[in-house]
Amino acid sequence: MTTTTATPQASVNAPVNSRAARGFGRRRPKPSHRRSTPLTIAMLAALAYFLLPLFWLLIASTKSTQDLFNSFGLWFSHTPQLLTNIKETFTQDGGVFAQWLLNTAVYAVSSALGAALLAAAAGYGFAKFRFRGDRIAFNLVLGAVMVPATALAIPTYLLFAQAGIVNTPWAVILPSLVNPFGLYLMRVYAEDAVPDSILEAARIDGAGEARIFFTIALRLLAPGLVTVLLFTLVATWNNYFLPLIMLNNPNLYPITVGLSSWAAQAQNGGAGSSSDMLALVVTGSLISIVPLVVAFLLLQRYWQSGLAAGGVKQ
Amino acid sequence: MAATTAAPAKGKRRAAGPLFVAPFLVLFLLLFLAPLGYAAYLSLFQQRLIGGNVFVGLDNYAKALQDPLLLHGVGRVALFFVIQVPLMLVLALLFALALDSGLLRLSRVIRLGIFVPYAVPSVVAALMWGYLYGPDFGPFAQLGRELDLPAPQFLSEGWMLGSLANIVTWEFVGYNMIILYAALRTVPAELYEAAAMDGAGAWRIAWSVKLPALRPALMLTLLFSVIGSFQLFNEPSLLMKIAPDVITSSYTANLYSYSLAFTGQQLNYAATVSFLLGLVIVIASYGVLLTANRRRTS
Repeated sequence: MTTTTATPQASVNAPVNSRAARGFGRRRPKPSHRRSTPLTIAMLAALAYFLLPLFWLLIASTKSTQDLFNSFGLWFSHTPQLLTNIKETFTQDGGVFAQWLLNTAVYAVSSALGAALLAAAAGYGFAKFRFRGDRIAFNLVLGAVMVPATALAIPTYLLFAQAGIVNTPWAVILPSLVNPFGLYLMRVYAEDAVPDSILEAARIDGAGEARIFFTIALRLLAPGLVTVLLFTLVATWNNYFLPLIMLNNPNLYPITVGLSSWAAQAQNGGAGSSSDMLALVVTGSLISIVPLVVAFLLLQRYWQSGLAAGGVKQ
Repeated sequence: MAATTAAPAKGKRRAAGPLFVAPFLVLFLLLFLAPLGYAAYLSLFQQRLIGGNVFVGLDNYAKALQDPLLLHGVGRVALFFVIQVPLMLVLALLFALALDSGLLRLSRVIRLGIFVPYAVPSVVAALMWGYLYGPDFGPFAQLGRELDLPAPQFLSEGWMLGSLANIVTWEFVGYNMIILYAALRTVPAELYEAAAMDGAGAWRIAWSVKLPALRPALMLTLLFSVIGSFQLFNEPSLLMKIAPDVITSSYTANLYSYSLAFTGQQLNYAATVSFLLGLVIVIASYGVLLTANRRRTS
């Protein structure tokens, strides 16, 4: 192959810049973009596949367990009852569903904040300082990107059992605080986003290192920080294996473990069961995905440019 | 990812450096290396009725390497990896190229819509697809009954691995697509203009300019996919509840190690299996990286 190796050495902010540059450059020869209808139709077909299960979930949430069995899955029944389902989801088992939502939010937000801050500080430290053993330490952490979280989970459980912190929120939060990929991403990001000249200027002005980090660097690192924050948030929000192992008190469950315990009950109840468990599992599933979908849509500007940094650099 | 990102020469030795990395490294030590070490330690012992905890050297490993349940579990996830990952990455790549081509209407809606499943917890995804697959009120079965056609038995033994692959593909195509798409956006426009001036068509540009530029991003997605597929747990463990005859407690290696630890109370053996599984994943990841890097240099 005689490809001119196109190594994109673009800075982290490049996605925005090059997009603007390219849009401008292309617009000049023709007033409008060429659009392809066949390609659009093909992509819309793909989109339908990705949205179909969610559409089903939305429809199913409006049905009683009875109607789930007796009406066609992809359209409403004659007696939609979304609000009844929501109300019952929140009142079942003494309102434990709200507790699960709250637990999930607490675990996810504290893990995400902690992980993002730790990764930002360490990434900044590795990017902007030289010290004894820095390469070894960084490569050790980088190697850990490949160690699967679930292979660690059981040993971590055994260790936590010794320390007496299983079945507490800490058992779920602590392991989520260490995000090796987040560190890698923040280091790559910090190298470009925090210019050495600014740091030098601040030092000459007499600012301490901590102050420089918190007032200057952290602000420059914001898009990368939001990316790590958001993806840790998702990872913790969606985590099932770790809380499943660590917790056995239903009042501490996050939404994933809670829903799967309800699903097991609904399954055992069987098809002819009079219990409305199935409708609650379905409605609970719908409720549980709303916050993250909203967060992603609102913060899309940040995570999309942040991801570019991790994917472009080696 | 190259393991040695070149350090900038500019950075000066300052006492503050270690302080910034210390909190992360301390937790890393406690929550990453310590469990690994503990697993390694536990794997060298056996709980015996007589004599209690006995040091047995590598006996657990010898047992694990001949354990048909574990070997089948690893074999199954390897098969899953070989089928599902290429499918998912090719789809993600095609979608990213389509989005980047500028030929799409509604490209923003399409991009976000394909990405949305990533924000759905895998537990919910597995529950949802499980119900969709199901013979009672799944729409496929309903349509089959309506039209008097045999609906596919998604939850049967023959279909199960494919059904799982579909769930995982549904969850992660969008995520990978976004990584690839973000990388594509950083390719300087001049490269396309130069290629077009040399007479390259859209496909030629995609193949000769865009694909090489996507290398690092593709490696990243591939690496995450290796790690993800070999530790497959959530989806099979959820579907196990609706298809207990098909998905056994040793269906995947991870499911096996979980049931060893929590149903079987064989902690030492579970630690051995975890440790071996981690080793398999690290080796597979390095294997993927090495083959990819070799291809680049040749």
